[in-house]
Amino acid sequence: MTASPKVSVRGLHVRYGEREVLRGVDLDISEHEIFGIIGPANSGKTSFLRALNRMEQFDPAMEVEGSILFNGHDIHTVRNVYALRRRIGVVFPLPVGLPLSIYENVAFAPRLAGVKAKSILDEIVERCLTRAALWDEVKDRLGALGSLLSGGQQQRLTIARALAQDPDLLLLDEFSIAVDPVTTMRIEDVLKELRKEITIVLVTNLVQQARRLADRTAFFLDGELIEIGVTEDLFTGPVMDQRTRDYVEGRFG
Amino acid sequence: MFSSTPLDRRNRQVEWLFRAIFFLMTLLLIVPVVRILGVLIYKGGSALSFEFLFTMPKDGMTAGGILPALMGTVWLVAVALLASVPVGVAAAIYLSVYAPDNWLTRVINLAIINLAGVPSIVHALFGVGAFVVFARFGTSILAASLTLAVMTLPVVIVSTRESLQAVPRAFREACWNMGATRWQTIRRVVLPNSISGILTGVILEVSRTAGETAPIMFTGAAFFLPFLPQSIFDQTMAMSLHLFVISTQVPGVPEELPYGVALVLIAMVLTMNATSIAFRVHLRGKKKW
Repeated sequence: MTASPKVSVRGLHVRYGEREVLRGVDLDISEHEIFGIIGPANSGKTSFLRALNRMEQFDPAMEVEGSILFNGHDIHTVRNVYALRRRIGVVFPLPVGLPLSIYENVAFAPRLAGVKAKSILDEIVERCLTRAALWDEVKDRLGALGSLLSGGQQQRLTIARALAQDPDLLLLDEFSIAVDPVTTMRIEDVLKELRKEITIVLVTNLVQQARRLADRTAFFLDGELIEIGVTEDLFTGPVMDQRTRDYVEGRFG
Repeated sequence: MFSSTPLDRRNRQVEWLFRAIFFLMTLLLIVPVVRILGVLIYKGGSALSFEFLFTMPKDGMTAGGILPALMGTVWLVAVALLASVPVGVAAAIYLSVYAPDNWLTRVINLAIINLAGVPSIVHALFGVGAFVVFARFGTSILAASLTLAVMTLPVVIVSTRESLQAVPRAFREACWNMGATRWQTIRRVVLPNSISGILTGVILEVSRTAGETAPIMFTGAAFFLPFLPQSIFDQTMAMSLHLFVISTQVPGVPEELPYGVALVLIAMVLTMNATSIAFRVHLRGKKKW
């Protein structure tokens, strides 16, 4: 790796009570890459994302141990955790359109950050909706409720909303689970565009999606990082863990 | 192929029987309501008039109107609400959003449940001790309203907490992930979507408060006052106590008078309940997810 990593994780353990869902993960994510994470259900993928965003603050059962450096700063010593989260956008498996208008959904994060001027907000809303490939569909009804859009539109709305945070890092958690294939393709195109400016962590249940998009991919199983490498190597490379091979070839899931 | 077996026939009979039992029980519910309303309208309807609602009582409360009692109840309920709603809603927000799960929180929750079970006459005595004597409010609207407020708090807290928790957790998580604090999340997303539910609970509670007698008897409600209350430090007449007084304590009250008072009181309560139901319907229509 050339430059210093965007995210650097060492010895990450996550527990919910007695249950340990991540058992010592070490990995680096570089600037401007799409970093794929694949693995079956309950392998710790989502917990990994939650730890990056310090969600343990809102979940008394969640315990996190280990160090996570983001842009070289240890996120557990960051004083302003709210500012930290604004640098990190998150997209959930099921689209969560807030019960606000389309406009207010996208303007939510900028407002939190203290932006008040209507002209600036207008500009952010248009730019982010355009980048999320949704602007043309909703530009005439920005006042309509975001939560009443179709699933695919809502997922693009949540991407626009995450982009409005002006993030360095975008975390996507199985974004295509409730989205039709055509919209999935459109979002994948959006992500390829975004890679030029933002680092993306793509947790996906679709092995082929990781193969299409990710520069490097990590395979999680039962809370452990089994294998990490350039995506193509993971699929075609000669040396690798048998479990990885079985998973990417669809022998278990 | 589809002919009935003996078991099928038996199942059908049992099904019919239980259906009939449940229906009869349900029918029983509406009998008292219809009967009460019927009697009140029949016997008290003739007492109702503009003068009845908006003039003072005359001839030792055996004639005239009920204005001071009507105004008194409005005062009592309004002041009680002003006291209990901010405290109750704030406490509910704390308990559902901020409170850590420790012994103190559990004690508080237990206290709320127990507060709801305290008989109203005990609340009355507490009110006398705490507000009339200790806080030196004397027997006044303030003391009586605060007593009512304490009594309504548990219901306000519980209904508010339920309304808050009805807002899906996914919304909160989405807000937190965008860097919102707990308070920003509550103010921008949770409260706007639970306010109608909170109001519904509060209004239902108010309607109950309007009819309470025991808690106000010793703390601020008067037997008879020839004037309207001028401030919250005055005593006042109240509908519920007035009804008790003219039906049992004053001789020579014409029969339609107490029935008229009861009818007005129940009309106030039903109007508030109807408002609450309208709110809920409105809320359902505006459901945003």
